[in-house]
Amino acid sequence: MAEPLLSLRGVETHIGRYHILHGVAFDVPEGGLTMLLGRNGAGKTTTLRTIMGLWRASAGEVRFDGRDITRLQTADIARLGIAYVPESMAIFADLTVQENLVLAARGGPPRSERLDRIFARFPALKRFWTLPAGLLSGGQKQMLAVARAIIEPRRLLLIDEPTKGLAPAIIANMIEAFRELKDSESTLLVVEQNFAFARRLGDTVAVMDDGRTVHSDTMQTFAADTALQQHLLGLGMDTHQ
Amino acid sequence: MSAVLRAVLSDDLPRSRWLAAALIVIVVALALAPFLFPGAKSLNVAVKICVFIVLAASYDLLLGYTGIVSFAHTMFFGIGGYGVAIALARLSPDWGTVALGTLAGVAIAVVLAALIGLFSLRVRTIFFAMITLAVASAFAILASQLSGITGGEDGLNYRVPEALRPAFRLFDADVLGVTINGRIVAYYLVFVVSLALVLAMMRVVNSPFGRVLMAIRENAFRAEAIGYRTVVYRTIASCIAAAAAAMAGVLLALWLRHTGPDTTLSFDLMVDILLMVVIGGMGTIYGAVLGATVLILAQNYLQDAMAAASQATAGVPLLANLLHPDRWLLWLGLLFILCVYFFPTGIVGRLRSLGARTSAG
Amino acid sequence: MTDASITDNPPPVQARRDIAPLLLVPALVIVSLPLVGSPASWLTLTVAGLAMGLMIFVMASGLTLTFGLMDVLNFGHGAFIAVGAFVAASVMLAMGPWMASDSLWLNLAAVAPAVLAAMALSGALGWGFERVIVKPVYGQHLKQILVTMGGLIVAEQLLKVVWGPDQITLTRPPALRGAFIIGDVAIEKYRVLAVAVGLVVFVAMQLVLSRTRIGLLVRAGVENSEMVEALGYRIRRVFVGVFVVGSALAGLGGALWALYQETVTAAIGAQVMVLIFIVIIIGGLGSVGGCFVGALLVGLVANYVGFLAPKVALGSNILLMALILLWRPQGLYPVAKR
Repeated sequence: MAEPLLSLRGVETHIGRYHILHGVAFDVPEGGLTMLLGRNGAGKTTTLRTIMGLWRASAGEVRFDGRDITRLQTADIARLGIAYVPESMAIFADLTVQENLVLAARGGPPRSERLDRIFARFPALKRFWTLPAGLLSGGQKQMLAVARAIIEPRRLLLIDEPTKGLAPAIIANMIEAFRELKDSESTLLVVEQNFAFARRLGDTVAVMDDGRTVHSDTMQTFAADTALQQHLLGLGMDTHQ
Repeated sequence: MSAVLRAVLSDDLPRSRWLAAALIVIVVALALAPFLFPGAKSLNVAVKICVFIVLAASYDLLLGYTGIVSFAHTMFFGIGGYGVAIALARLSPDWGTVALGTLAGVAIAVVLAALIGLFSLRVRTIFFAMITLAVASAFAILASQLSGITGGEDGLNYRVPEALRPAFRLFDADVLGVTINGRIVAYYLVFVVSLALVLAMMRVVNSPFGRVLMAIRENAFRAEAIGYRTVVYRTIASCIAAAAAAMAGVLLALWLRHTGPDTTLSFDLMVDILLMVVIGGMGTIYGAVLGATVLILAQNYLQDAMAAASQATAGVPLLANLLHPDRWLLWLGLLFILCVYFFPTGIVGRLRSLGARTSAG
Repeated sequence: MTDASITDNPPPVQARRDIAPLLLVPALVIVSLPLVGSPASWLTLTVAGLAMGLMIFVMASGLTLTFGLMDVLNFGHGAFIAVGAFVAASVMLAMGPWMASDSLWLNLAAVAPAVLAAMALSGALGWGFERVIVKPVYGQHLKQILVTMGGLIVAEQLLKVVWGPDQITLTRPPALRGAFIIGDVAIEKYRVLAVAVGLVVFVAMQLVLSRTRIGLLVRAGVENSEMVEALGYRIRRVFVGVFVVGSALAGLGGALWALYQETVTAAIGAQVMVLIFIVIIIGGLGSVGGCFVGALLVGLVANYVGFLAPKVALGSNILLMALILLWRPQGLYPVAKR
C-alpha cells in the first residue's frame, strides 16, 4: 500500500490539566474518505484539533504527506493544503457570505468556475451572497463552512460532524458534495455520529474510545461485523438509521 | 501554645522559618514601636505600615484570593476616612461620633461595592477592572468638587476624642522612659484594630467561603458548573474587602486628624497598594504584611538613599534624573513587572522556597 | 437540486443593521437644545462635544480593536497618548518661529511633522510594548492587567526622566487660534479641525475594515481568531500590526489633545484613560462602530452637563455608562464571539 497522506502515531494531548488523548494512531489513505468514529467524549474532536495544531500534542507524531507537522503553527499546517470545518462551523457572522469565501481563498479572488460549482451544490450561498453570514440558517451555515474549506483545492479536509442537527435533505446534499470531492481532488477525514451517513461514504474507519484508537479497518469489513460495532460503539449501524 | 497559635492564625501557618522570622520581627517591632523607635516620624511610619497592611491584605482578598482586579480600593479607603472626618468635623469630637462615622463609612462602602460588583462582575472580570477605575476617578473628582461637605482639595481638619489628643496622659509617670500621651494611645488603637482586622481576614480566607473563592479563581466556569454562583461570591468578597479598606481609612483619619484627597483617594495610593500586594506575594495575607512593610519603609527611607545617589551622579545628565528620589516609582514599577513575570508568589514565595531548600538540604 | 425548499429559507427579517444605538447621538443633541436654552450656546457645546468625542475616538479605537482581536486589554495604552503629546509638543516648540508665524502654511509645516513624529514614536513604542510587556501574558487576564499597568507606571516615570517633572505649555499656532463667527455663534477653529481629523480617521478605518483583505482579516479575527489561523493566516502578525497602528493613533490623539489643552503633563495618559475606558465599555469591547458612537456620546454628555451642572460633569459619564449597561449589558455593539 502507498504511503498514507496523513498518519498519526502515539499522539497524546493535554488540555490544561486534563489528559485527553492517550496515544492515537491511525492512517488516512490518500484519495479516500476516512471516518473517525467513537462515542461522545472519545477524543475525536481533540484529534482533529491536534492535527490542525490548535492543540499541541505533548507526545507522538502527526505526519502529512511524509512530513512531520506535529510542531508546526496552525497557519502553516493550513498552508500545506489542509482545511478544517469545526463542529461549531465557526463561520464569521459579521462578515457577508462573500467575505467569508473571499477570506478563505488565500490565493486571490475565488475562481469563477469553482464558485459556480459551489453555487450549483449550495444555491443558498448564491442567493444570500451579500448577507451577513450570521443571518443564515443552521444548514446554510454548514454549507458555507464546507464551501469555505473547498473554495480552493485542498489536499485534506478535516470535517467535524457535518450532519449534526441538519435536515435529511441537506444531509443528502452533503453526501453528494463529499463524494464528488473525494472522487475529484481531496482526501477527507470526517468525524461522524450518524452511522448511516458514515457507512454510505466511508472507505476506511478508525474507531476511538477514551482517548485511544481502538480499531482501524476498511468500512466494508467493519460494516459487515455487527458484533464489533456493538462492542466498539455500543450499537449496531442498523439500529441507527 | 501551638494550638492557640494555630487557632489565632486560622491554621494558616507561615510554613517557612524565614517567613516566620520576618513576621515576628514585624509584629514585635510594631507592637513596641513607641518604645523602640521614639520620635514623630518613626511613629508616623509605623502607623502607615499598620494601615497599609490592612489595606493591602484586604486588596489581596480580591487580587490574590478571588482573582479580580479592582482600582477602586482607595475609594473605599477614602469613604471610611471621610465618614469619620465629616462626622468629627460637624459633631462633637467623642467616641459616639467616631462610631457613627465609622458605621456610615463602612455601610456606604459595602453598598457601593455590592452595586459595582453586581453591575460588572457578571459580565467579565476585565469589565470590573475598567469600571472600578472609572468609578474611582469619578469619585475622587466628586470629592474634590463637593467642597462644602468634603473640604475640597484641602480636605478636612478636625478634633478627635480627647483620649487620642497629644495633651492627654494615660499614666502620670513615664513607662520605660516614654510618656504615654494621647498619640501613643492612638497608635495602640491603630495597632490593635489593624491586628484584629488582619486576623479576621485570615479567618475569612481560610474558611470554606475562602476556599470557594479560590476555586472560582482557578476555574470560574467549573465552579459555576458545580453550582456556586460566582457573581455572588465575588461580590461578597468585594464587599468584605471594601469594609476592611473603609476601616483602614477610619484608622488613618483618626491618626492624622486630617482627611483629604491626597491622603486617601489619589491614584498614586492605588498604585502603592498594587505594588505592595504583588511584590509581597499574591494570594497570601502574609504577602500583604511583608509588601506593605517593605514598601512603606522604602518610601520613607530609600528615597534618602536615592537622593544621595542622585547627587553623586549629578554630572551624568540622564542617570541623575533616573536616580532622582521622585523617580523611585520607576524602579518599583520595574520590580513590579519582574515580579508578575518571574516571581508571581512575591517575597513570601521566595522565602518559602528558600526555607524548603534549606530544610531539604 | 436535491432540495430547494429547504435551502431556500429566507433569512430572518430582523434588522440587518442595528441602528438604535446610532440614533442615540442625534437624540441626545436634540433633547439637549431645550435644556441648554440658547441655540448659540447649544451649537458651540455640540461642536465642542463632537470635537472631544472624536479625539477620544482616535485614542480609543486601537485599544478596542486589540481587545477584540486578541483578548488583550492594555491598561498601558495611556502611555502612547502621553508620548504622542510630549513628542508633538517638543517638535512644535523646536519650530517656534514657524508656529508663531501668521502664515497658515508655515503653521501647518510645523504641526504636520510634529503629529507625524508623535505617531511614529508612539507606534514604535507600541511595537516594543507588545514584544516586551504584552506578548508573554497572552490569555492571562489578571497578569495582563497587572503588567500593562506596571508598564504605564514605568512609562510615566520615564517621561518625567526625559522631559522633566513639570508640565509643558505650548501655544496653538495663529491659524488654529480663534473662532469662526457665524451670527452670534462662535465655533473654535481648532475644534473644527479636531472633528475633521477624527472623521477622516473613522472613515479611513471603516474603509480599510470593509474594503481590504487586511480589514477582512481583522474583522474575522475579532470574531474567531482560531478559525482565521485555520484558514492559513498568521493572526499574530495581524495583531502586532493592529497594535502598532492603534498605538500610533493614540499618539495622534495625544498630539491633538495636547494642542487642545495647550499643556502637557506626564499624567495626561492616565487622565484620558478613564474616558477611554468608559467609551469602549459603552461601545462594546472590540467594536469600532460602538467605540465611535460611545465616544460621541461621552463627548457630548461631558460638554452639555459641564454647561448645565459643572460639578457633576465626570459623574455624568459614569451615569451614562450605567444607563447604557442597564440597556445592553455588553455595550452598544457586543462583538459576536464564537
